[in-house]
Amino acid sequence: MTAHSSLSDFLKRRLTQRTEDILTAYLCLLPWIIGFLAFTLGPLVFSLVLSFFQADLFTRNIFVGFGNYVDLVQDPLFLKSLRVTAIYAFVSVPLGAATALAVALLLNQKVVGLGVWRTVYYLPSVISGVAVAVLWMQIFNPRMGLINNALKVVGIEGPSWIFDSTWALPSLIIMSLWAVGANMLLYLAGLQGIPTYLYEAAKIDGANVGRRFWHVTIPMLSPTIFFNVVISLIAAFQFFTQSFIMTNGGPNNSTLSMVLFLYRKAFQQTRFGYASAVAWVLFAIIICFTLLFIRSSSLWVYYAGEERTE
Amino acid sequence: MSSFLDTALISNTRRVWHPVFRQLGLLVLVLPGASLFLIPWLWMLSTAGKDTALIWKTPPVWIPPVYHWENFIKAWLQGDFAVYYLNTFYISGMNVIGILISSVLAAYAFARIRFPGRDVLFVVVLSTMMLPRQVTLIPLYMIFSELGWINTFKPLIVPLFFGDAFSIFLLRQFFLTISRELDDAALIDGCRRLGVLFRILLPLTRPALAVVAIFNFTWAWNEFFTPLIYLDSPKLFPITLGLHRFIGRAQIDIQFLMAMTIVSTLIPIGIFFLTQRYFIQGIVITGIKG
Repeated sequence: MTAHSSLSDFLKRRLTQRTEDILTAYLCLLPWIIGFLAFTLGPLVFSLVLSFFQADLFTRNIFVGFGNYVDLVQDPLFLKSLRVTAIYAFVSVPLGAATALAVALLLNQKVVGLGVWRTVYYLPSVISGVAVAVLWMQIFNPRMGLINNALKVVGIEGPSWIFDSTWALPSLIIMSLWAVGANMLLYLAGLQGIPTYLYEAAKIDGANVGRRFWHVTIPMLSPTIFFNVVISLIAAFQFFTQSFIMTNGGPNNSTLSMVLFLYRKAFQQTRFGYASAVAWVLFAIIICFTLLFIRSSSLWVYYAGEERTE
Repeated sequence: MSSFLDTALISNTRRVWHPVFRQLGLLVLVLPGASLFLIPWLWMLSTAGKDTALIWKTPPVWIPPVYHWENFIKAWLQGDFAVYYLNTFYISGMNVIGILISSVLAAYAFARIRFPGRDVLFVVVLSTMMLPRQVTLIPLYMIFSELGWINTFKPLIVPLFFGDAFSIFLLRQFFLTISRELDDAALIDGCRRLGVLFRILLPLTRPALAVVAIFNFTWAWNEFFTPLIYLDSPKLFPITLGLHRFIGRAQIDIQFLMAMTIVSTLIPIGIFFLTQRYFIQGIVITGIKG
């Protein structure tokens, strides 16, 4: 009798514990679920619907089907912004990754004053994009700016940088390199995760520095590189602050990014339908490149502990 | 065997010289890059203390004969920076509070409780991190304007009380590093699920909470796009918008602009120096990798 009652007690306790668990879990998740529906999923669907309408804030909402997308393809300014964004992303991301990796390799050595150097390289990525933009506007100043004064020392008459349609986008790319510190830290963490016995084994096998780099460091670091490049690429496609503050898309739209184009359509011309279509094109591009990159990862990313099926 | 000994000996004799040359070689590589990264800061500091005549002088003077500290005060007063500072503190502080409350709860559920739909929901959390915010921007703007929230702090604060994907992910990783046996012991002793969170996990993960708070405070401090969209009147501006407005003023002096750029970065830089050992040693990142 005692055995029976304790068994049912036990079952009851288990059951109530399980129900309580599920209830607690969903209670804990309730804010996030509400937020996800109200601030992410709902608006996501809404913006897709909106992209098929001609819509401004409160008045007319006319269904235009794929009209907005057709207009976009024929909008020279949009095509320009597409090109500007692509150039910015595909130049600044590899350049930034290479710089960050080079600095990380260097600062992974036991050099005197290591903490100071790491701080020096990391510090620019602590401050706001606005502060960086305002500072570099002055550095790029053709007359009193730092760069042209430095060039003058070696006898070169520098260009007008952000005021010159050829040099404006390269200027923004150069500036972006100043803030590679966050990526550098991630590479540093990745480098510190590589077991030293791999290097010792390679050394015993007679591998020189170069071979150790290509056959130990790069494969072991490939997951970090992969993660970093995906994140940087997504961020680069959304670049906005620099061109908004420094050049306002100019000169001659040479720094007109997709997000700046979207911002103007949405918040200066209140063409919400058209702007939503821009947002979805941007989203589609980001998804495509991310998926493409993830697909390609099986070819070049090495995960330790993963079975190779070849 | 003898060749093995030879190499051992050679590498031993090499090691006597190696460190000094190695250090010199490394410094030759580190220093030029480090100076390139450092020069913009020095130039900003130098420019902020100049007078107008000195600014346009070429070749530039690096150390102004008289450093005009009053530039900072003049610019601060000209630009309403006290208001911007207060607003930024308020917005960033509220962001941290909102994110901590909501994300701790969600992270706890994901890390510790087994419930139907958990894995699917967690994938959803992760995928929202990849979502470019422009995709939801316009509908959100329409909703908030419908609610009469335009030109208030609400659009910058309220959504964060409903969780932040990155913080949920980070906190979950931290919770997973704490042994589950502690939870089980507490549960057997009759502690409720939420009791486990507040009495066991949170006290043990205080550093992780600090990391999440610091990250989000700095991000909120540096945020430009969202306030730009939702705020119109300068008395509500955070420091990023204030700085942007300061440039927009006709004929603002460059030394004032540089002075206020420095002022706008003081808090993030201060936070960084207070917490740098976590960043530089990679503890934070190890936590992310979990």
